[in-house]
Amino acid sequence: MMRVFVSSDAAALAMGADGVVRVLRATAETRKITLEIVRTGSRGMHWLEPLVEVETASGRVGYGPVKASEVPALIDAGMLEGEAHPLCIGVVDQHPWMKRQTRITFVRCGIVDPLSADDYAKLGGFEGLKRAREVGAAATIEAITKSGLRGRGGAGFPAGIKWKTAADAKADRRYVVCNADEGDSGTFADRMIMEGDPLSLIEGMAIAAFAIGASKGYVYARSEYPQANATFAKALDVARAAKLIGTTFDIELRIGAGAYVCGEETALLESLEGKRGQVRAKPPLPAHEGLFGKPTIVNNVLTLCTAPWIMAHGADMYASIGFGRSRGTMPIQLAGNVKHAGLFEAPFGMTLGQIVDEIGGGTMTGRPVRAVQCGGPLGAYFPRALFDTPYDYEAFAARDGLIGHGGIVVFDDTVDMAAQARFAMEFCAIESCGKCTPCRIGSTRGVEVIDRIVAGEKREMNLALLEDLCRTLKLGSLCALGGFTPYPVMSAVRHFPEDFKARSSSAL
Amino acid sequence: MDTDRVKAICAAHAGLEGPLLPILHAVQAAFGCVPKDAIPVIAHELNLSRAEVYGVVSFYHDFREAPAGRCILKICRAEACQAVGGAELAATVLRHFAIDWKETSADGRVTIEPVYCLGLCSVAPAALVDGEPHGRIDPVHLIAMAERKL
Ligand SMILES: Cc1cc2nc3c(=O)[nH]c(=O)nc-3n(C[C@H](O)[C@H](O)[C@H](O)COP(=O)(O)O)c2cc1C
Ligand code: SF4
Ligand code: FES
Repeated sequence: MMRVFVSSDAAALAMGADGVVRVLRATAETRKITLEIVRTGSRGMHWLEPLVEVETASGRVGYGPVKASEVPALIDAGMLEGEAHPLCIGVVDQHPWMKRQTRITFVRCGIVDPLSADDYAKLGGFEGLKRAREVGAAATIEAITKSGLRGRGGAGFPAGIKWKTAADAKADRRYVVCNADEGDSGTFADRMIMEGDPLSLIEGMAIAAFAIGASKGYVYARSEYPQANATFAKALDVARAAKLIGTTFDIELRIGAGAYVCGEETALLESLEGKRGQVRAKPPLPAHEGLFGKPTIVNNVLTLCTAPWIMAHGADMYASIGFGRSRGTMPIQLAGNVKHAGLFEAPFGMTLGQIVDEIGGGTMTGRPVRAVQCGGPLGAYFPRALFDTPYDYEAFAARDGLIGHGGIVVFDDTVDMAAQARFAMEFCAIESCGKCTPCRIGSTRGVEVIDRIVAGEKREMNLALLEDLCRTLKLGSLCALGGFTPYPVMSAVRHFPEDFKARSSSAL
Repeated sequence: MDTDRVKAICAAHAGLEGPLLPILHAVQAAFGCVPKDAIPVIAHELNLSRAEVYGVVSFYHDFREAPAGRCILKICRAEACQAVGGAELAATVLRHFAIDWKETSADGRVTIEPVYCLGLCSVAPAALVDGEPHGRIDPVHLIAMAERKL
């Protein structure tokens, strides 16, 4: 029987993957071809979605992007036998964009059947948890610490230290909370894993629970991801049937309600408790007093998904990859106006320019790249002049930038950086939890000040006022929503001052 | 509003820790919104004050006070979509239906809500049409899709 693989990743669905599958089925039926169609996650080459992969003796051969209407002609041309065609990209694993990657967190994504425990096991699944149980809880925490794994949610805090803190806290009950709120624009790695390899997240949470002694886990996901949530809910059933969870540890999926700030870990805990998503003051740390006052580790999806690999392959193996204090790999997400948009997992240390120009292939529109925003809506805009910055937490911080959750949004030379700065302030105003005055009110003032600058009203004075406002936001905010909004704003002002000149009213 | 139905939803979630958000989602799924009259019922069932429940409902962007139109368009307003013309796209669609963000067209057919990233940033600009993802959208197709649903 012939086997064909088509992604059901939301990005593939958004480009018409379901239509392709429908025509594949119908065509196979009329031609009496027995065909097994496996719905996988995405390989990450989103510019090629919908990508159809067919199993051949030399590996999975890919065709993309495929339109539903082209399917019969592709079958005529020998697609099911892996024949050459203008849409054929050859053996997918051998594709230069794939070969250049180091896939650890995403090692199975796009390959495995996301809802098959057997398939997961065949591709190395369950090994990490097994190993953790063999070495014991303390050695598991030690391995995570030694691997150098840092939180992938944005702050880059060492995962092992967080786990140890929670494990050492005296309590009758502890929680593992997975932060799947992925609110940063330009990021989709959490979504891809939840759709493409959800069992790895469940295994990662089971390892964390074993390490700290937790009996209950929550995944806090976003309402903007209906497909991911549906897949993950099914994966929880699969995991229970496979006894991965449901005995000493169980996981519940909770859905947020459209508040960006609920990605902040303490606001997330408030939300899980059924309250307004307002940020808590620290201390106490969640690892001491978290959910319902109990020791809780809050970790990003990618952090947890990487734990099984580390346990299975050894901390040293993971730590041997990377750059400076950024160990291991980062699933980099290329988005916006970029030719090769998608997910590219690589060791830390490539330069921003290599990532944008070589991997991303420049802009989709073919115009010059003018700015890239790294690390989500609270991250700085980088001009080409800073493209020599290595992809590393510390190197980015040294340039007032953020790696954050690994998103890179590319803009061509038609971008209006004053409009981008204005949006950063507007976003802060919309999403503020309301606790701090600079964030709640200063952000709206920021929008007004930028409007006045580009209108040419007392430009110098208003630019000084904007800088002052940003300083107040930085100093007077409890969390990074207010505290980091100055980064996109001030980076736009510093690196692109020409966009903050007065305009004629017709240009506004 | 059917008070018993709200009570039944609360009862169905009684076993959960911190059940308020799941209850509000279930109420909105049942009624198309979180009706004002449901708030005292939920408050009573969970032993909370009305102000507490109202405070939660009003905090989250997802919960509506009135039912939406028959088709819900969630159009992404965030940066990756902006980079490929998302703002112009949204403006065109809003103009076509003669509404602003979070409004429903006069004939009750379409509600347009802003979202800040759908995780479809690699196939931007993006939107959800009644929960279905669409990428690389242009205004003509998006409007056609919404109208086809009507
Ligand atoms: C406004 C704001 C939004 C955040 N959003 C997210 C998010 O969507 N996902 C995430 O994992 N972390 C997010 N964080 C970071 C979390 O507070 C926290 O650092 C993280 O979940 C810890 O997990 P990690 O150590 O595995 O990264 C956000 C922080 C702030 C201030
Ligand atoms: S900075 Fe803004 S979002 Fe963060 S705690 Fe203060 S008001 Fe809330
Ligand atoms: S920024 Fe629009 S989908 Fe992510």
